[in-house]
Amino acid sequence: MMAKKTVEQKIVDPEYLFFEAKREKQFITGSEAVREAVKRANVDMAIAYPITPQSESMHLVGDIYAEGYIKDYFRGESEFAVMSSVAGAAMGGVRVFTATAGPGTLRAFEMFPTWAGARLPIVCDFFCRGVNSPLTIQPDTIEIGFMLDTKMMIFHAETAQDLFDMTLQSFIIAEQPDVHLPIGVFADGFFVTHTREIVEIPPDDIKLPPYDPYKSPVPAMDMETPPIRQMRDPFVMKSNFISYASHASWQQEILAAAERARKHIHKYLGGLIETENEGADILIMASGTAVSQAHEAIWQANQEGIEVGLIKFKVIRPFPTEEIKMIAKGARAIIVPEFNISGWLAKEIRSVIEDNSKVVGAPRVYGGMAMPPELIVEEIRRVAR
Amino acid sequence: MNRVNYQVMPGPECYLPPAAASMGVVLPDEGRALVEGHIVTQEEAMSTIAEKLLGAKHPTFFPGPLILWAWSEKAVEKARAIKEMADAVGAKIIPMPDYRPKYPMIDPEEEINPNHPNLTIWHNKIDVCVFAGVHCHYANIALKIIRGGTDCYTIALCGEYGHEDAMITLRDVRAQDIKRLTEVIKKKQAYSIETSLMNV
Repeated sequence: MMAKKTVEQKIVDPEYLFFEAKREKQFITGSEAVREAVKRANVDMAIAYPITPQSESMHLVGDIYAEGYIKDYFRGESEFAVMSSVAGAAMGGVRVFTATAGPGTLRAFEMFPTWAGARLPIVCDFFCRGVNSPLTIQPDTIEIGFMLDTKMMIFHAETAQDLFDMTLQSFIIAEQPDVHLPIGVFADGFFVTHTREIVEIPPDDIKLPPYDPYKSPVPAMDMETPPIRQMRDPFVMKSNFISYASHASWQQEILAAAERARKHIHKYLGGLIETENEGADILIMASGTAVSQAHEAIWQANQEGIEVGLIKFKVIRPFPTEEIKMIAKGARAIIVPEFNISGWLAKEIRSVIEDNSKVVGAPRVYGGMAMPPELIVEEIRRVAR
Repeated sequence: MNRVNYQVMPGPECYLPPAAASMGVVLPDEGRALVEGHIVTQEEAMSTIAEKLLGAKHPTFFPGPLILWAWSEKAVEKARAIKEMADAVGAKIIPMPDYRPKYPMIDPEEEINPNHPNLTIWHNKIDVCVFAGVHCHYANIALKIIRGGTDCYTIALCGEYGHEDAMITLRDVRAQDIKRLTEVIKKKQAYSIETSLMNV
């Protein structure tokens, strides 16, 4: 069903919307920040399926559909159905948005490498929660670990402000003709989605330019305008060397596209990482809300006369390999606090630096436990001895 | 494989060559071009393209779906410009009409396919080829497979941001850029004829 109302918004350059338009402070939740980002993103279609802690965000996106900010919105039959429908919409050449969380992410999992493989510039927000049995709805970033090899790009928001900016900017990064890959914007469930903070946002009477499917590196499935009906044929179904070699080359091209995204990420996000006192002997490397806890821990350590630097990962895929390699050279110890049991970020860091024995994969909490800064301070004290 | 100073050169490179972007080759900014993995001016790249095409034994153009169909005025204009350039070079034209793998066997005299471009190149002994109007994803896949298994020199005239996997690539190519390149080719051709006449 098409929206009856349409809101008049002026189309502006992405650079103006992101960096120049006067921003107003609002005290809102992360879910509300998603609504505000989508409102300004010129989204054609949003498809929803509820799951805690994501449900509120897509509910709010439904509200702005009713207000006329989005052309189409519906509820799918399941997360798998939603992610499949989103793929169809993107193949048809429209800008599309959805969101999910935890078990929903795993239920839809087959579609994520499919999105990347089909070069679909879908933006999906993921609100991280536990996925294991016994059931938990509490915050846990384990699902990012599962997503690492889907070839989707992965951004990790620390705050509602990050969530707003990353969601909005992701459309423009994902749709670059040399990139054209899906982006997952991850935020820690509840900590970010359900708490209020000050978010600075531009006016809602301006929006991004529309998506141009004719700049896509693969043909859009436009049935009106030739060249038409050029599906990505399943050569994988054939058993011969040519099929295998072509599939291999295809996969390499997806990774190459993520490499090309680096310069666009620098332009819009200001880089893949943010650093504070990166020359310190002891570094904390973290993503998501673990960064906020690390900030507090560093303040406490400073009171004790211990100097600690902080590296915040904004982007996990493509991984900031060269940046981390370079920074790690000068560090004596690298503490990696994480909200998951697998320690995927510590593993990633270990895999790219020269001396991986300096990585301390702790503290680690999971299942919804909070991470008191004191846990991080203990690790700092231990390595400072 | 050495990620530092990776050069995009004619092959056969290896069983499964890497994507040049993953080896540190970056696409040129507006107004620039890539030659063998290095960023140069558009003029330098055009001059090298002309030399490669004029020095080739079997130069061949591979026009793709974006210029094979008259789906917009710009596409028509571009297609005409490419045809004019191929004629100036004396090159063969073998189209890439779509991207479906052709089984059980492609007719390599009639067409090229991005999933097994090496078959068309081997069959026609193509030593220099030009991609134009091929969607970027398929161009990159084909260019890499060509580098992996053939010694063909690849040139990509891209309407978007260019192709690291080609030995030479121009970006943002519009019909007027193709016409400008044809002029460069014609000038070099004339100069070459003039020089050889002087040597007689």
